[in-house]
Amino acid sequence: MKIVKTKDLVFEYIRRDEEGNVEGITTALDHVDLEVNPGDFIAILGHNGSGKSTLAKHFNAILMPTEGTVRVDGMDTGEQEKVWDIRQRAGMVFQNPDNQIIGQVVEEDVGFGPENMGVPTKEIWERVEESLRAVGMYEYRKYAPNKLSGGQKQRVSIAGVLAMHPKCIVLDEPTAMLDPGGRREVIRAVRALNDVEKVTVILITHYMEEIIHADKVFVMDGGKIAMQGTPREIFSRVEKLKELRLDVPKVTLLAHELKKEGVPLPDGILTVKEFVEALDRLRSGRR
Amino acid sequence: MIRDITLGQYYQTDSIVHRLDPRVKIAATLIFICSLFVVEQAAGYVVAVLFLAAAIKLSHVPFRFMIRGMRAILFLLLITFFFNLFLTPGEAAFQVWKLTVTKEGIALAVKMAVRLSLLIVGSSVMTLTTTPNNLTDGLEKMLRPLQKCKVPVHEVAMMMSIALRFIPILLEETDKIMKAQMARGASFDEGNLIQKAKSMVPLLVPLFISAFRRANDLAMAMEARCYRGGEGRTKMKPLQYKGRDYAAYLILAVYLALCIVAGRIVPWGSIL
Repeated sequence: MKIVKTKDLVFEYIRRDEEGNVEGITTALDHVDLEVNPGDFIAILGHNGSGKSTLAKHFNAILMPTEGTVRVDGMDTGEQEKVWDIRQRAGMVFQNPDNQIIGQVVEEDVGFGPENMGVPTKEIWERVEESLRAVGMYEYRKYAPNKLSGGQKQRVSIAGVLAMHPKCIVLDEPTAMLDPGGRREVIRAVRALNDVEKVTVILITHYMEEIIHADKVFVMDGGKIAMQGTPREIFSRVEKLKELRLDVPKVTLLAHELKKEGVPLPDGILTVKEFVEALDRLRSGRR
Repeated sequence: MIRDITLGQYYQTDSIVHRLDPRVKIAATLIFICSLFVVEQAAGYVVAVLFLAAAIKLSHVPFRFMIRGMRAILFLLLITFFFNLFLTPGEAAFQVWKLTVTKEGIALAVKMAVRLSLLIVGSSVMTLTTTPNNLTDGLEKMLRPLQKCKVPVHEVAMMMSIALRFIPILLEETDKIMKAQMARGASFDEGNLIQKAKSMVPLLVPLFISAFRRANDLAMAMEARCYRGGEGRTKMKPLQYKGRDYAAYLILAVYLALCIVAGRIVPWGSIL
């Protein structure tokens, strides 16, 4: 069974003027079909206003589709009585770390989700410890959140979701407000969750470097899915990505430009290591 | 510098008073305050002072922190003292200029001053030894019966603890906005009072907008983590009475009894 499945998903924002009359309708999502397999690492890319965050909020039943359906672990998000089950199964991490930490101490914040679910006290403590260890924040459990760095706060947020034992974690631009160091920290923690705990990850981002490890990438544009495929497939279409106003990793771009100038390099080079290997092969081939 | 501000006036140390259940401390403070107003005679105050001194000693909080709260009400204390001194009718004791000081006035003034000081120091003991978070928890649990009369106790407690959590964040933000406005030539400490108040507008407007945005984000994050009010919620750190808490209640009961006996019934305290 698919962990997340959307069918003909349409979402419209209705803009109103001060008297409440409808001023206009913005279609944020336009017939989106998407399927996510359990255990996958999915990345959703797109520039600002492409509808990627709106899409993410549908996975957690925060927004309801105007048309079409969203199924999370087989449950329709439109069914009122299933909302809490869905939110427990698909946890969500938001962009601003300050605005999603509720507790005044790290461990209390991580315990917030399980408390809401009615988990017995003893088990809450077990879950808190295990989640904090999974993101490498266990030593900070007694800290006040405002004493932590952005990357650390975001890892606490991830632990908070993890303590609810979700099957799937949706991260809505979790690194957008972080410095490069914090960004690496968070992405490392997310990848570990996917590799070790086998949690399905849906990462929404506009940083290209973060998606090269994904199993599948969806590129959004104007509320539609513009491209989908493995990172390699996506990055081999540099021209199309540029058209969608997205950056390409520098190595990929370099390889692409070299190829245009006649150097016979393969398509979709993602890392410096691959690039060096390809060059080596080229050199030994010439000899 | 704005980061170092301490919330409430919690004094971090480890003592038996710190470890007591917050409900015990809230109850003790209330009983102590009531006892001050029940007592009529000097012997009762002696009991109260001894009780307070013992609590302070056990709390390991330096005495000067207790006195700190007094500074804020010093003015109020002086006003009540002099009003009582000069304006109480009764048998004249002596005269200062045109004002008559009566015997009853002296008694009342001293009594009120002692009451107020003890009241302030007594409640300081509670706020100095209990974290704001703990206090909120204690209040929530104590007021839970009110939930039956549709008082949203859990919600109010949740709001209090979120407010506490956001104070440092908003302070930091104020600092940031102030610096941003100063960089563009705004000044916050020039001119008279009205000008100063006016210069706060460009500070408050962005602060309010950002606070609302944060509230919106936080509400979404809470809902995403299955928050749906107090019903069916379990506690990570439930409040549970331990032996020492029962002992404290017992001591409180004894104290109250002593106060009533010494302050009202036994006649040998009628110096006042």
